[in-house]
Amino acid sequence: MVALPGENTPVEPAGYADDGKPGFFARWFYSTNHKDIGTLYLIFGIISGLIGGFLSFMMRMELAAPGIDYFASEHQYLVYVSMHGLIMIFFMVMPALIGGFGNWFVPIMVGAPDMAFPRMNNLSFWLLPTALLCLLISFFVPGSASGNGFGGSWVMYPPLSTTGSPGPAFDFIIIGLLAAGFSSIFGAINFITTILNMRAPGMTMHKMPLFAWAVLVTAFLLLLALPVLAAALFMLFTDRIDGGTGFFDPARGGDPQMFQHLFWFFGHPEVYIMILPAFGIVSHIISTFSKKPIFGYLGMAYAMVAIGVVGFVVWAHHMYTVGMDVNLKAYFLAATLVIAVPTGVKIFSWLATMWGGSIRYSIPMQWALAFIFLFVVGGVTGVMLANAGVDAYLHDTYYVVAHFHYVLSMGAVFGIFAGFYYWFGKMFGVQYNKWLAGAHFWLFFIGVNVIFFPQHFLGLNGMPRRYIDYPEEFAIWNQVSSFGAYITLAGVAFFFLMLIEALLISRRRVGDNYWGEGATTLEWTLSSPPPYHQFNVLPRIEDNKDEH
Amino acid sequence: MAGHAVEHDYHLIPPSPWPFLSGLAALVWGFGMVVFFAGLVPRTGESPMLEFFFSKGLDSLQDSYRPVADKVGADGGWILLVLGTLFAAYVMFGWWKDVAAESRAGDHTPVVDIGLRYGMIMFIMQEAMFFVGWFWMFFELGLFHKMRAGWNTDVLENAGAYADSMAPGIKGVEPWNLPLMNTIILLLSGTTVTWAHHALIHNDRKGAKWGLGLTVALGLLFTFVQGYEYLELFHERTEGHPWISTDAFGSAFFMATGFHGLHVLIGTIFLAVMFLRLSKGGLRPEKHFGLEAAAWYWHFVDVVWLFLFAFVYIIFAVG
Repeated sequence: MVALPGENTPVEPAGYADDGKPGFFARWFYSTNHKDIGTLYLIFGIISGLIGGFLSFMMRMELAAPGIDYFASEHQYLVYVSMHGLIMIFFMVMPALIGGFGNWFVPIMVGAPDMAFPRMNNLSFWLLPTALLCLLISFFVPGSASGNGFGGSWVMYPPLSTTGSPGPAFDFIIIGLLAAGFSSIFGAINFITTILNMRAPGMTMHKMPLFAWAVLVTAFLLLLALPVLAAALFMLFTDRIDGGTGFFDPARGGDPQMFQHLFWFFGHPEVYIMILPAFGIVSHIISTFSKKPIFGYLGMAYAMVAIGVVGFVVWAHHMYTVGMDVNLKAYFLAATLVIAVPTGVKIFSWLATMWGGSIRYSIPMQWALAFIFLFVVGGVTGVMLANAGVDAYLHDTYYVVAHFHYVLSMGAVFGIFAGFYYWFGKMFGVQYNKWLAGAHFWLFFIGVNVIFFPQHFLGLNGMPRRYIDYPEEFAIWNQVSSFGAYITLAGVAFFFLMLIEALLISRRRVGDNYWGEGATTLEWTLSSPPPYHQFNVLPRIEDNKDEH
Repeated sequence: MAGHAVEHDYHLIPPSPWPFLSGLAALVWGFGMVVFFAGLVPRTGESPMLEFFFSKGLDSLQDSYRPVADKVGADGGWILLVLGTLFAAYVMFGWWKDVAAESRAGDHTPVVDIGLRYGMIMFIMQEAMFFVGWFWMFFELGLFHKMRAGWNTDVLENAGAYADSMAPGIKGVEPWNLPLMNTIILLLSGTTVTWAHHALIHNDRKGAKWGLGLTVALGLLFTFVQGYEYLELFHERTEGHPWISTDAFGSAFFMATGFHGLHVLIGTIFLAVMFLRLSKGGLRPEKHFGLEAAAWYWHFVDVVWLFLFAFVYIIFAVG
């Protein structure tokens, strides 16, 4: 850095440039360090996950038996359904995968000292507590005539979100989602600039680790999809004002169906936003614990690009039952099935990476293998649902709930846990207890499968989503499903036991590369945890033809 | 790596209060938005916003809303909104003051400068997608919605009736009047900002100040004309009936042109800040990315307007 004398130069606290850490408040509230901000994101994701998990646990308790046992009203149940979706997506999965691991490891993997815009990075984080607070407030302010909170589901279709919820609860949700959206847009700008502009000498795009590729594609999806959601949210906001606009009011020439188009134009890329970083993490883990470079590196990278591109033109497969033209349905069906091709490339490349490898079933590898297995299950049910004719029967049944929980609750979330255990020692400098982590994995794996696998049967038998009660005939599988929630809860308990044991009690120090020779990316060349500012001297990536 | 002297050209930034304060400002502003536009109680037909704007001036407006006995509207939402906006403005001022100071201190090395360019391009891309949302809504309502609903299968006929659905009883705007003037104003401002840029590159600081000052003036003129047009739509074309709620075309028209107007305002402030920096001796001929970014943003706003003028004002209105 050239230090020219200039007026109004911001005062640099002593020691920031020589890898010293600032004081507590400056370090955690005024942070400009990608690793600290990544940690903040992870803590935030865990807190949101607890809130969202509590909501889902209450729903499973309620659905364990026919009748209304726990909730005060149907509306309250719907509020829990809606908020579970919004909180898990915007405040748990996205902050953990993109904000948490993206911040922690993308700069390191591309050989950069920090993110391109360290201050804006912190803005991305601090908009999230504001957003979450807005969502939590909405629980306690009037929603519809039936009670407090917004019960129109995370998809927020009008008229449920306009005339159906006249209270300010939904206005708070709009503001919260706008804040979260801006947070993600700023984050996306930051990641794209970091990856395109700050790669170390010799780190060409085609040598870049797959997690960085995954975050790059994700960032572009965020950048191009979220503004459309922002526009749709503003339309809802002004439609809700007395004497405002009539975008979604048919009586005034508006079109409620158009909200679904705008929403899913964002919403479908959003599902890839949640899964692509997990793809990247799983690629690294499979490669590390098979002691082999990833099979078909370029195919893996461009498969993610293909998923990202095609992900923008398939949105209306969420809307087969709104009365679309049959030709339109045929197009969206075909385009949706096309996504199975790059996804298949990824699945088979992971299998081929393991083929003939020296496989070690460590905790992160277990999560990654479970990810592949369960994501395939969710993907196959996705192929089912992509068929417009079949979907007319399955739309808004528990089959859909089972499908997207297999790709999210067992895809994205398993990716989060896989990454968490993979990099645990790297981030915190201490290693987890294998027994506690193993108990967490097995209880969680069995638990979520017991929750969601029976929901396929319920859906095929015609049980609709978003209902607090159901006929006697659905009781057995609902009971099984709720039992799975209790198992999962036990798994979550072991997760926290593991955290307490590793971080507070034992503190087993780990070395730089505790996974051994299979781990080849740049973070394993640094100490655990890495220095406050890594790469004061940029790493040089040698031109090695054998790599990849 | 630890302890080794920094040997790269990237810009590591010391801890900064602005992002955290931005989050707080967003919270105050968000509360202001909700309380001002919606209030903290279920809608009663008299939102705080309506009270603020219309309760004293447009008495007849009140008649169109059912009288509600248990009105508990939260007054003073506008105070929160103003406070939030001022808070945000203060944070932005402090933040960019730091950025300008860092630039003067030489922190913006060539590689950091490229990063800033990437950042601005990405930001404009997301702005473009934001307007894609509004245009998508505009075209759908204009062309396909009645067709899809099975009311009228003739796309072009739908388009013809669309522009008349501004608001109950109100026809669309006349494009060859104020909107044409605004088009000329914006195109002219696009040339003056380029003049300013080239003058600065050739170290003609007086010319740069003139060009930039004219651009800011033209931007303000645009906002003024647009405001005048809105005022006319609200008050003089009402045929004696005050109206605020809009039909399909009016919704798309006011929100699309309104958000464009907001972006013109942002761009004008951006350019005005560059004018102040230029006047105070900032912005060197070889290094003035702030001005370039402002110019990029201004051209973007200009292009959006051309689309608005072509489609929202001319094609649908003229038919």
